[in-house]
Amino acid sequence: METLELSGILFDIRRYSVHDGPGIRTTVFFKGCPLNCWWCHNPEGKSPEIEIFLRENRCIRCGACLNVCEVGAIYQHHESFETNRALCTLCGACVEECYAEARELVGKRMTVSEVLEEIERDRAFFEQSGGGVTFSGGEPLFQPNFLAALLQACRSQGIHTAVDTCGFASWDTLNRLRTDIDLFLYDLKLIDEERHRQFTGVSNLPILENLRRLSAFGHSIFVRFPIIPQINDDAINLRQMVEFLLSLPQKHPLDLLPYHASALHKYNGLGVEYRLRETPTPEQEHLNEIKNYFESYGFNVRIGG
Amino acid sequence: MTMTERVARLRQQSLEAVPTISTERAELITEFYTQNHGFISEPVRRALAFQYLMEHKTIYIGDGELIVGEKGPAPKATPTYPELCCHSLDDLDILDSREKIPYKVSPEARKVYEEKIIPFWKGKSMRDLLFREMTPQWIAAYEAGIFTEFMEQRAPGHTVLDDKIYHKGMLDFIEEIRHSLANLDFYNDPEAYDKQEELRAMEIVARALIRFAERHAEKARQLAKQTDDPQRKAELQQIAEICSWVPAHAPRNFWEALQYYWFVHLGVTIELNTWDSFCPGKLDHHLLPFYEKGLADGSLTREKAEELLQCFWIKFNNQPAPPKVGVTAAESGTYTDFAQINLGGVKPDGSDGVNEVTYLLLDVIEEMRLLQPSSSIQVSKKNPDAFIQRAGRIIRTGFGQPSVFNSDLIVQELVRQGKSVIDARCGGSSGCVEVGAFGKENYNLTGYFNLPKILELTLNNGVDPRSGKQIGLQTGDPTQFRTFEEVFEAFCQQMNYFIDIKVRGNQVVERLYANYMPAPFLSLLIDDCILRGKDYHNGGARYNTTYIMGVGLGTITDSLSAIKYHVFDQQNLSMRELLGLLSSNFEGNERKRLMLVNRTPRYGNDDDYADSLMRRVFEAYYQAIEGRKNTKGGEYHINLLPTTVHVYFGSVTGATPDGRKAGMPLSEGISPVQGADRRGPTAVVKSAAKMDHARTGGTLLNQKFTPQLLQDEEGLTRLTHLIRTYFKLDGHHIQFNVVDAATLRAAQANPEQYRDLIVRVAGYSDYFCDLSKTLQDEIIARTEHTSF
Repeated sequence: METLELSGILFDIRRYSVHDGPGIRTTVFFKGCPLNCWWCHNPEGKSPEIEIFLRENRCIRCGACLNVCEVGAIYQHHESFETNRALCTLCGACVEECYAEARELVGKRMTVSEVLEEIERDRAFFEQSGGGVTFSGGEPLFQPNFLAALLQACRSQGIHTAVDTCGFASWDTLNRLRTDIDLFLYDLKLIDEERHRQFTGVSNLPILENLRRLSAFGHSIFVRFPIIPQINDDAINLRQMVEFLLSLPQKHPLDLLPYHASALHKYNGLGVEYRLRETPTPEQEHLNEIKNYFESYGFNVRIGG
Repeated sequence: MTMTERVARLRQQSLEAVPTISTERAELITEFYTQNHGFISEPVRRALAFQYLMEHKTIYIGDGELIVGEKGPAPKATPTYPELCCHSLDDLDILDSREKIPYKVSPEARKVYEEKIIPFWKGKSMRDLLFREMTPQWIAAYEAGIFTEFMEQRAPGHTVLDDKIYHKGMLDFIEEIRHSLANLDFYNDPEAYDKQEELRAMEIVARALIRFAERHAEKARQLAKQTDDPQRKAELQQIAEICSWVPAHAPRNFWEALQYYWFVHLGVTIELNTWDSFCPGKLDHHLLPFYEKGLADGSLTREKAEELLQCFWIKFNNQPAPPKVGVTAAESGTYTDFAQINLGGVKPDGSDGVNEVTYLLLDVIEEMRLLQPSSSIQVSKKNPDAFIQRAGRIIRTGFGQPSVFNSDLIVQELVRQGKSVIDARCGGSSGCVEVGAFGKENYNLTGYFNLPKILELTLNNGVDPRSGKQIGLQTGDPTQFRTFEEVFEAFCQQMNYFIDIKVRGNQVVERLYANYMPAPFLSLLIDDCILRGKDYHNGGARYNTTYIMGVGLGTITDSLSAIKYHVFDQQNLSMRELLGLLSSNFEGNERKRLMLVNRTPRYGNDDDYADSLMRRVFEAYYQAIEGRKNTKGGEYHINLLPTTVHVYFGSVTGATPDGRKAGMPLSEGISPVQGADRRGPTAVVKSAAKMDHARTGGTLLNQKFTPQLLQDEEGLTRLTHLIRTYFKLDGHHIQFNVVDAATLRAAQANPEQYRDLIVRVAGYSDYFCDLSKTLQDEIIARTEHTSF
């Protein structure tokens, strides 16, 4: 089958993933995302390109990376070995030599059949638990042909599929894929168009419209709402969320995902600036208030997901 | 949590009681042997010794106790067994002063040992005899840490009781003995006289246990007279009545059933310091008829049953394991004696065995949170998920109990070994993870076998680098091996050589116990010793199994994988370079060590490159041992479990090709090397399930979970699915350490604040703060499977 040879770029495949849909699941992380959310906890999923990731604390100062780099992108600064990302060609030679695993390439090109082989390893667990595979990212819809081929392959193997998406894609794309998706984990962040653009970099109009259409087609959808203090947990946004969700053809369950600064080390490892350094984790009390607020409109709400 | 004031007090007393060495048993047994050294058959001598102990040992009934009887003169006053192994004064000083797991030795006790016990037993104990009878090859292997010997200081006796005592009193056993005596054929059976002596011995011990119970009845009556508390007076009178009825007769109610078992437990563990784990087995099955009858006729309530069970639990906790002698006195690290109460599973007819008492016992386990007895759930595909989830709610509290077994596979394992399907269903797991046909089998663990050490010898052409001695075969200069197959072949030759040495030793040890240390009381309880007129140690049991336990499966697999991958497949290293790295303990070459650690396909990641090597090691180990004949008419089988020996074995094993530094612990059970599993619990389970567990007598898989993974109902449901899937793939056992590393580090730094922290070490749980620093570090290092 030709589509089994299609390939895409992934940055991780994780087994026994427990927060991405029902049962025991394997989550496949697609690299590349059209949004640029300030709070993103998977910053290694943003760029569609392969990147180099550094874990300073693992480095044993052996200098093997310095010796092997042919373009002079690595230099010694005091004790540590730094990388000039502008010069780096991502050839991977230093990563290959770094037995301490202080240097990693984030992102790997894999074919559909290779990914399927990984997914199928936990089939016994899926069947026991009602689990399956979740395509996440990054944004899986950002590599639509690869995703389509993976979804079809899973469908033909009888594996339950979930797609964790920001919803920012053309309706044509979504329409083509949607019948092979058993469950959508659909992120909603901000209803206000201007603020959405400010904090994610894109318009939310296609996102809202796509959700409306999917809902109208009767798809199974969990709406996921990341709670980011001072950005989208205000009364106005909450009210707008309720209004929008009530306007949908179905009443979808809602997962509240409290913001957590756990991704800071990833920003450091990628050499990317993190804009939410000062943002606290939401208070449990505040989360409960939000939960109660949505529940008062009849939504089925969970904290976490 | 429901605990009566009585139970709370007794539990607290048990927790606070300081383990001490009691010399009472040693003194009595020495007196007995001083007076009885003439011509008496050994079974009868041992029976008279038992009778002497039962007649003279201190009777203890604690204030408020409902279940009575102690192994020593008081809770945690621990008897010794000088006829088996005699503690030296040095041993006693170590036990008294060591930091972990001390047993306090009073100056009086020390004096008794110095003046009476040591002069009588020095050089004459079973331990002395055993070492004298071993070959120089055996001694060399033993000293090098290639294997251990269980019977050097404890008697064989790894077995668990079935339901027979709930139907028969000691007087009924005596009837059976009389019947066997009457049937002896002195004309055609050359063993008729030996059988007569054994049966006579059994009758003596049966009567001795009745007398022991009667002494408790007398004590209870005396205490009843002394007390002014009318409630306690009534209780003591009832205790007296119970002790006058059981064990002479079959129990009539729930309370009598528990008290009867307890007398039997004391009998078995006072007769000899049996390895180990003697316990009632399927307690929920055994107690159900008494529970139902009591509820039906109004003589029992759930609350009363719960209180009695709690008192019963405390009794187990009052009995620390027999303290070790010699090297292990300094190292050996546990008070637990491995009683493992089985819950659930299947009934003899194969149907779902979970009942009301199962859930009652789970409540008791959760409330008591005691080190002993340990507990396990036996999970059959026929059991409801609710049963696993109820147990999961205890597991997630970080208490390490209960452990989880595949009941259907255990039946398969036992049937494969030749048991009838009914006997197999009446069996279960015991000790750490070992299977047995309860009440009908002598299944004896004889020693651990250090698999990575075998590779170390292979890579040194039979020389142990630690001593420089040629103790193994000369299997060839490893730098001359041209293929991995040649390495593996040499490894198998070394392994077979040492297994031969171990088996030869075992055959001798079995006969030493059969000849000099019969166990007529234990024989009374295990089918078909009475019928055959033969001792438990002499082939009397219906089934007789000898186990040698393989240790370090993860370490050996990863080490072979590193050799195959780096030396032969990728040629990143020459064999000479690898040997240089190992002999220098990677000194100055951390980079190469990390290559071995991080760039080797490793067991526990569902990677067939490594896992197929695990299967080859398993197969070679199995072929080396399986089916050999023991001296009791039974066979050898294998199992894979370490208790804590992976720490000791690690300490005598140099650097290994998987990047493990010299002296560090080996991997434990069939778990991956600490930190080598990086693909989550499903990958570990998949890797472990590639082994053919059905051909073992038990395997141990340890998984550490952070509490967060199990905090809600969904987490518990997923845990249930993980267990169910492992068992669908025919895994034998899995246990969960639910703690986070931060908690463990904090406990290490501030032990006094974490005294209650219990972790699963291997096949059992222990107080974390009581473990050695090395073992603590090792537990912290075990991969933590965090939530994604």
